[in-house]
Amino acid sequence: MTSSDWLLRVRGLTKIYGQPDADSLANTGPAAATNICPNTGAIVACADISFDLYPGEVLGVVGESGSGKSTLVQLLYFDQEATAGSAHFTALDDGATDLFSLSSQRRRYVRNHLLGMVYQNPRDGLNFNFSAGGNIAEKLIMAGHMHVGNIRQRAGSLLSQTEVPVARMDQTPRNFSGGMQQRVQISKAIANQPPLLFLDEVTSGLDVSVQARVLDLIRQIQSELGISMIVVSHDLGVIRMLTDRTLVLKHGRIVESGLTDQILQDPQHAYTQLLVSSLL
Amino acid sequence: MIENTKFQSAYNFAFLDERTKREIRRKILKAVAVPGYQVPYSSPEMPIARGWGTGGLHITLAIIGREDTLKVIDQGSDASVNACSLRQFIERMTGCATTFDSAAASLIQTRHRIPEEILTEQQILVFQVPQPEILRSVERHENKTRLMHAEADYSKLWVSLYEAYVRYGSLMRGAGYPVRVNGRFMMSPSPIPRWDVPNLSGARCLYLFGAGREKRIYAVPPHTTVEPLEFEDVRFRVEDWHGTLCAYSDQGQAFLDEIYEEDSTRKFVVNDSNFLDKLRGGPRPPQRLFQNPQ
Repeated sequence: MTSSDWLLRVRGLTKIYGQPDADSLANTGPAAATNICPNTGAIVACADISFDLYPGEVLGVVGESGSGKSTLVQLLYFDQEATAGSAHFTALDDGATDLFSLSSQRRRYVRNHLLGMVYQNPRDGLNFNFSAGGNIAEKLIMAGHMHVGNIRQRAGSLLSQTEVPVARMDQTPRNFSGGMQQRVQISKAIANQPPLLFLDEVTSGLDVSVQARVLDLIRQIQSELGISMIVVSHDLGVIRMLTDRTLVLKHGRIVESGLTDQILQDPQHAYTQLLVSSLL
Repeated sequence: MIENTKFQSAYNFAFLDERTKREIRRKILKAVAVPGYQVPYSSPEMPIARGWGTGGLHITLAIIGREDTLKVIDQGSDASVNACSLRQFIERMTGCATTFDSAAASLIQTRHRIPEEILTEQQILVFQVPQPEILRSVERHENKTRLMHAEADYSKLWVSLYEAYVRYGSLMRGAGYPVRVNGRFMMSPSPIPRWDVPNLSGARCLYLFGAGREKRIYAVPPHTTVEPLEFEDVRFRVEDWHGTLCAYSDQGQAFLDEIYEEDSTRKFVVNDSNFLDKLRGGPRPPQRLFQNPQ
């Protein structure tokens, strides 16, 4: 496989917890209405996920709790080990290498230099023992920046870009509000300008006005930097506002995919219809 | 009467039995082969509690020979209780000659200092190490620190340095300044002052580190590069006494202790007792000095 026009090509991505048997994949999924294998109790978090992501595109992943949408980005960010499947990323070896075949050192390189992640809970993405500036510095240091003056300048400009008061740069994010913590996390994730950013339920747990500002920020970053993003959310409002294309996940499988507008206007799969009709 | 000479003394030479010595020597060889890497070892029971210098004692006893001349220092002093007790113990268990003279010793066990005088190819310096894991301050879990070492992932350590600079305006690490050995492993130099850290790099002697409580041995072989962590614009600096001289020798350019008198006046004294004796009795012994960056 070599680079054509896609940025990330995922094929057959599967994650199973526990011991599966030969029929585990057949016995789970939307048709079986479960993701727990009836024979062995293995949990099929996601199975046979295939998609292409194009440069500058924002891909939404939507689904209910336990549908495997967070697992999907955690696999791609190497937080978890994939059971099967491949992912090729044109920023690495022009897309010739499968990300899951990399050594842990190379994975760390990809994570630190080529990817960014914003978790639902700022505690997962930030180290609360370090200051906000220190958290951003960590990402910059991992990417090889060793000049304190430059690091502080970059951290300051990132924080002002994400509307965090620069005066609070040297305080720990523990003392920040939830929205501010999330914005610090976004600053950290985009610190070394990765070509691909994962957003995992970034606005869940924030109140509505703060949600709107965080979404605005993400849209602004996307339009200014042209970063490709995978946005995971259970909230169709977020998906509609941010994404170009959407995957709908249920019981670990893609049940529908297509342009976001199309999916919201004319949902084909019964589950998607349910989702859209439940939208307030 | 027992005729076999083997049973005439209550203890084996150098206290440890030969198999234990061999195990420790094997671990030392591995440590020398991979500079800065912490090698786990058995850390057998000793007549002193773990954490009171057993790591250094294990190494010393495992490598000492009948022809060795031993020196033991504790925070630069040959005369502190700890140094005296350890020296007497090793002397009784081996019958080796002992000395206060840094130049005359072939084997030096130390706590918290490197002698000021240049050590040579003929000498080995053994450190007693309380905490061998330099990453412990940023990561509590041993399995994670091992992984971080394996993957050379030292960003947390760097950030802690960054944070210290941001909060206090300098790379606030008095003793135990983190160093990178041979361009690979981050290592705790044991709680030696920053003053001693440059002496680790490119030295002519062998440095061995023993942490008895934590059961780790590591080493810096001769002529190995040891770099203190520093940023491009915030550099490593040794302690600076701004020209203050030692109250007993009227000389500077050595690590000075600050001593308060009963009338609350203070004076500065050269910390390395043998070095101080030599300064007062004759010509200045050869010394490596580090120039702070401007």
